[in-house]
Amino acid sequence: MPANLPSPDSLIDALAEQIAPHITPECALVGIHTGGVWIMEALAERLKLDIPRAVLDIAFYRDDFSRIGLHPQTKPSHIPFEVEDRRILLLDDVLFTGRTTRAALNLLFDYGRPAAIRLAVLVDRGGRELPFCADFVGLRLELPADEHISLQKNDSDGLHFVMKRKA
Amino acid sequence: MSANPQLTEDGRLRHLLTLEGLPARILTQILDTAASFIAVSAQERDVKKVPLLRGKAIFNIFFENSTRTRTTFEIAAKRLSADVVNLNINASSQSKGETLLDTVANLSAMQADMFIVRHAAAGASHLIARHVAPHISVINAGDGRCAHPTQGLLDMYTLRHYKGAFHNLRVAIVGDVLHSRVARSQIHALTTLGCPEVRVVAPRTLLPRDVQNLGVHVFHKMSEGLRDVDAVLMLRLQNERMRGSRLPSAGEYYKHWGLTPDKLKLARPDAIVMHPGPMNRGVEIDSAVADGMQSVILSQVTFGIAVRMAVMSLLAGAGATGAQT
Repeated sequence: MPANLPSPDSLIDALAEQIAPHITPECALVGIHTGGVWIMEALAERLKLDIPRAVLDIAFYRDDFSRIGLHPQTKPSHIPFEVEDRRILLLDDVLFTGRTTRAALNLLFDYGRPAAIRLAVLVDRGGRELPFCADFVGLRLELPADEHISLQKNDSDGLHFVMKRKA
Repeated sequence: MSANPQLTEDGRLRHLLTLEGLPARILTQILDTAASFIAVSAQERDVKKVPLLRGKAIFNIFFENSTRTRTTFEIAAKRLSADVVNLNINASSQSKGETLLDTVANLSAMQADMFIVRHAAAGASHLIARHVAPHISVINAGDGRCAHPTQGLLDMYTLRHYKGAFHNLRVAIVGDVLHSRVARSQIHALTTLGCPEVRVVAPRTLLPRDVQNLGVHVFHKMSEGLRDVDAVLMLRLQNERMRGSRLPSAGEYYKHWGLTPDKLKLARPDAIVMHPGPMNRGVEIDSAVADGMQSVILSQVTFGIAVRMAVMSLLAGAGATGAQT
């Protein structure tokens, strides 16, 4: 485990700086449940963004349903704007295999044909299994495949990273 | 072997045959999952389906006619991207003498993944569930007077949607309880989910003799049974299941047991009115109530699709063995 991982808040600052020049009134933010949604809220606050926002739960689009079944806590996706011809900034906490990104793209296309989708992630940890790369990245890491990094949130100290090694 | 044939050894839903004996945890999981499926039918979506059951074959086997129930199962399956085959058996092989299990064995050989079964005989879906291959799930879409679990679940979804919770509800189930599989499923679900006061309101001739054992309060007068309830769950008068003369006439039934605006005034002002359909207007329910402000009957139909999607996807995922990541 990297000893001095930057704080999520400092990485959101870095991400905000990268994204800011690309935000136009035609843009919309789309956060993937749950980490991507926290990042979306933080970015909107930092950049004082007044553009539409959506929340995606990709449970119904996962490619491992037949192996692991339905996720126990699915949330409804909520997209309160027309996806058709929209420029979308897709937000996730960690980019790993790329399978979540694949599911999110399929979900968005079931709502319409966007003009463009850009991907912003807090951490790109390597280990891709599908041909995706992010347009905006807060931090690049090369973690071993059995190492797991996730973003968590609690009331006392806000956003923080949790590292786990798979058994 | 798990004690409850509806659950896997690790407690996941394997078949849905009856709500009796299902833990509150499972009922709540179905209702919560259904809530996420509501949005799949939303207008804002170009494609009103999700790919969850892509490549799965679902067989609607109806030994007894029911256009509405069959259609809502069919829509639910299609919104999950499954392939659906509809079979009305009373019109085909059964009349040629094929047994129930032979019919099912033949359909299994056609690579079915799920059977949705409607049958006039109580226990038909239980029998099928005992004999299918391990990867096949069975949903009871109504068996005799016994159970209609997805109707019971969609009624619970509707109640929770409008009333928020069960722990403070007073609910009246009104009408032909004797012949109603819907009433049995509703009673089991309501008691499991912690509804403190479930009433049944019916003439003595339309109540099962052992109804009190189900944990309900029995009323024989609308004027008493409807007082201060939060929801009125009407039942259809099952003319086709009546043998002999349990009732004087439809007009007489309406006079005493039909839900009119005047009788509804006895319930709480914010009470909702539900009905599983199809309605006999002017028999068990007045049109002014059925189409009135307190009626949520059409919402029940909409919620029914999401609830059936939830049941199907939980069943289809129950065979999964890997760990959740």
